[in-house]
Amino acid sequence: MTGTRSASIFAFALLAPALVYIIAIVAYPLVDTVNLSFTNAALKPAYSWVGWANYQKIFGANFGEVIVRTFIWTFFSVSIKMIIGTCGAVLLNAAVPGRALFRILTMPPWVVPMAIGIFMWGWMYNGQFGMISGLLQNFGIVDGPVAWLAYGNTAFWATIVTDVWIGVPLVTIYLLAAMQSIPRDLYEAAWTDGAGRFYRFRRITLPMIIPAMVTMSLLSLIATFNSFDIIWILTRGGPSGSTTTMIIDTYKTAIGSYKYGEGAARAVMICIFLSLFCLAYFRVVGKINTGERA
Amino acid sequence: MIDRYTWYEYAAIYAGIAVFLFFVLAPFIEGFMVSLKPLSRLFSSPYSFWPQEGSLTAYFTMWESVPGFWRYIVNSLFISTTATALVLIMVVPAAYAFARFPFPGRGPLLAAFLAVNMFSGAVLLIPLFRLMRQMGLLNTYWAMIVPGAAFLIPSAIWLLRTYMMRIPRELDEAAWVDGASRLYTLRRVILPIAMPGIAVVAITTFIGAYAQQFIFALTFNSKTEFMPLAIGLFAYFGRQEVVWNELMAASFVGIAPVLILIVFLQRYLVAGLTAGAVKT
Repeated sequence: MTGTRSASIFAFALLAPALVYIIAIVAYPLVDTVNLSFTNAALKPAYSWVGWANYQKIFGANFGEVIVRTFIWTFFSVSIKMIIGTCGAVLLNAAVPGRALFRILTMPPWVVPMAIGIFMWGWMYNGQFGMISGLLQNFGIVDGPVAWLAYGNTAFWATIVTDVWIGVPLVTIYLLAAMQSIPRDLYEAAWTDGAGRFYRFRRITLPMIIPAMVTMSLLSLIATFNSFDIIWILTRGGPSGSTTTMIIDTYKTAIGSYKYGEGAARAVMICIFLSLFCLAYFRVVGKINTGERA
Repeated sequence: MIDRYTWYEYAAIYAGIAVFLFFVLAPFIEGFMVSLKPLSRLFSSPYSFWPQEGSLTAYFTMWESVPGFWRYIVNSLFISTTATALVLIMVVPAAYAFARFPFPGRGPLLAAFLAVNMFSGAVLLIPLFRLMRQMGLLNTYWAMIVPGAAFLIPSAIWLLRTYMMRIPRELDEAAWVDGASRLYTLRRVILPIAMPGIAVVAITTFIGAYAQQFIFALTFNSKTEFMPLAIGLFAYFGRQEVVWNELMAASFVGIAPVLILIVFLQRYLVAGLTAGAVKT
């Protein structure tokens, strides 16, 4: 188009509202978090600079444990999501009658308000009246009622299962879309050459959807790392801290105990990890893009 | 042909789909069963999957037992609609700028917008709380709308930009040659053509706004009359004597509008998602 200079000015004018808004609501608070993390801010309006004290406290406390737990939690949640989502996409991609309906039926966990789905899971985990314990007892797999959320170990896995449940629809639909963009001639050529279904999947489908899988798992990684609602509604980080991830710990410290400064230091730690994921994300996306062009 | 399956392949596919859908739908199935069971049956062992003496009573009695239920639904819709409108006002011009103009710093700016996606509201809760307090927005609808909208902007820009890039450039150029100003071109040429894309973005933003109404509402608002559905029900779940069957009934009535919406808009949703996502 003509007039590059005025075009740039026009473009910036178009961008201005969104840019100003993001700076005010995201960028400024981000800077404020870093600033607060070096203070002893609490409920009182007055606070002072304390240097690295908050960070030293973090490593004195059990925060190391929380970090490790967060990574384990995220790792399992994302891996299981990707596995189930890929299987789901393969199944829904099969040319069988009724698949349009099946595709619609995968969407509810994604579109329904998250909290309501989690309430329903909360009921399912109930030992005496819930579906999971109930069905397992009916089939004679467990002897007595199992209160899934009452013990650290089972609660940890229960929150992972619910997180997987929330994430699976998006992974499935995304990978399904990726599978459908694979040119059909590839399959037909392979088929004429006598390649079986499994061989075609391994040699055509899988390599073609790997970029989508990488992108999705990174996005999922970020969402899972930030996951708050599920754990808060189901266990509030308990029993005895067994489901306390970094986000939950930060929330408890800052909003629960009004220790804004210490909470901010935890939030900064989260931001550091997120930035690393972020960098990885852009590198991978960049690589995939240039790879496609080549 | 290539898509023909033998009978055992059909059986395996359907069995797989059944297991998959059971996992996805189990909470809804269970919730629905619970909403049909009378309370006395609900708390009796042994567990039975099918409701005995099932009835729709809970759907009628819940309107009285969940106080303010109507209010919560209206609040939820109001918050989501306002947030969506706010997002669209900012995103439509921004997406157009990113789609069409090679201004200096475009790449880094686009990346910066995307980076916002990485920081959830939970990380920024403390300064956001301070900010809301300074602006006097605590315990108002705006405390949920303003931060909510910020975290919906990045993916909305991304989606709409991809859509707008597919509108032929020749249209802009023709309008330019005819003497139309840039703003006029955007308003009269691009906007009408981009409407389907804007609709998809509006729907996904609305769903996102509806889904995220938990943490901001939990932290920035303590007034019952402003609570969205999720928080209203959460507060109710926390009480000692919870009438579970009515609560499940309330949840179903609360999510019904969204469920009906996706049945009709399913095709557009998938199309929008595909366009925005696969083309990263």
